[in-house]
Amino acid sequence: MNRGLCFILVCCAFFAFQLKAEAGDWQSFSSSLHETRYQHLIEELRCPKCLNQNLADSTSGIAVDLRHQVYQMIEGDKTDQEIIDYMVARYGEFVLYRPVNNLTTYALWYGPFILLLIGGVAFFLVIKRSRSRQGRRDS
Amino acid sequence: MARVLRFIPLLIFIGLGSVFYVQLDKNSQYVPSALIGKTVPEFTLVDLYSNELIRNADLPKTSYIINFWGTWCPACHIEHPFLVALAKQGVTIIGIDYKDEAVAAREWLEEKQNPYQRVLMDELGDFGLDLGVTGAPESFIVNAHGVITYRHQGVINASNWQEIKRYLNE
Repeated sequence: MNRGLCFILVCCAFFAFQLKAEAGDWQSFSSSLHETRYQHLIEELRCPKCLNQNLADSTSGIAVDLRHQVYQMIEGDKTDQEIIDYMVARYGEFVLYRPVNNLTTYALWYGPFILLLIGGVAFFLVIKRSRSRQGRRDS
Repeated sequence: MARVLRFIPLLIFIGLGSVFYVQLDKNSQYVPSALIGKTVPEFTLVDLYSNELIRNADLPKTSYIINFWGTWCPACHIEHPFLVALAKQGVTIIGIDYKDEAVAAREWLEEKQNPYQRVLMDELGDFGLDLGVTGAPESFIVNAHGVITYRHQGVINASNWQEIKRYLNE
């Protein structure tokens, strides 16, 4: 195995360990389902302080607090939707890494496809016109 | 008609160009608060000095600032003298001692003067969570109707106060 690959593998192992350690801060889950939901949620929720990290990756004070809040809500038998609603009510849709489908994000989600469609239609119209022009010239 | 169509790409270019140009100046660190336009969430907190339970009804009836601070927070040291100056100008400030200890907080205010009309203890940071606080210092402007009009993350100082001040009367 070459040395570069070895180095990368060692790095990966190190980071994997770190993530695991962070997840195990305080909590012991009452079931493995709770733990899976917790892991999923803290990866889906964005840290409001550090912009480009999720709650799982961030070490900022507020991310620690919010992870704890997620943990408590899961153990308090709240549904994932209730937890997400709780976060959005306080920190806005900003905290969602998976943006919601609503009027304001509609253009972002579907705009490119609409533009592509318009482009395609224009392309075919131009082709068609130049063909018919060519046809006229040939005849 | 065909001649008009020819200008569409140029128009799109100008449109996009001006949108991007305007966005260049925007502070990319700015995160809008979800609480703007809403009233202060329900709370019950202990007053630092009187040890009484304080609720929403006890908040000022005029416009005021809710300022989250803590003795552990280095930037709060920098902000503090400006808050003292504001209080002297007659601005009402409610202090929330965020994730801090009462003894340390009293000492700090003793030493540096107290700009707050009231200081409430949020030891666990629960009230902070309800307001969507991301750290300290952080301030919320509440108008005379009890509605939050602005949130400021970080230190309030002479240069950003002119901008923030407007929201007190909004």
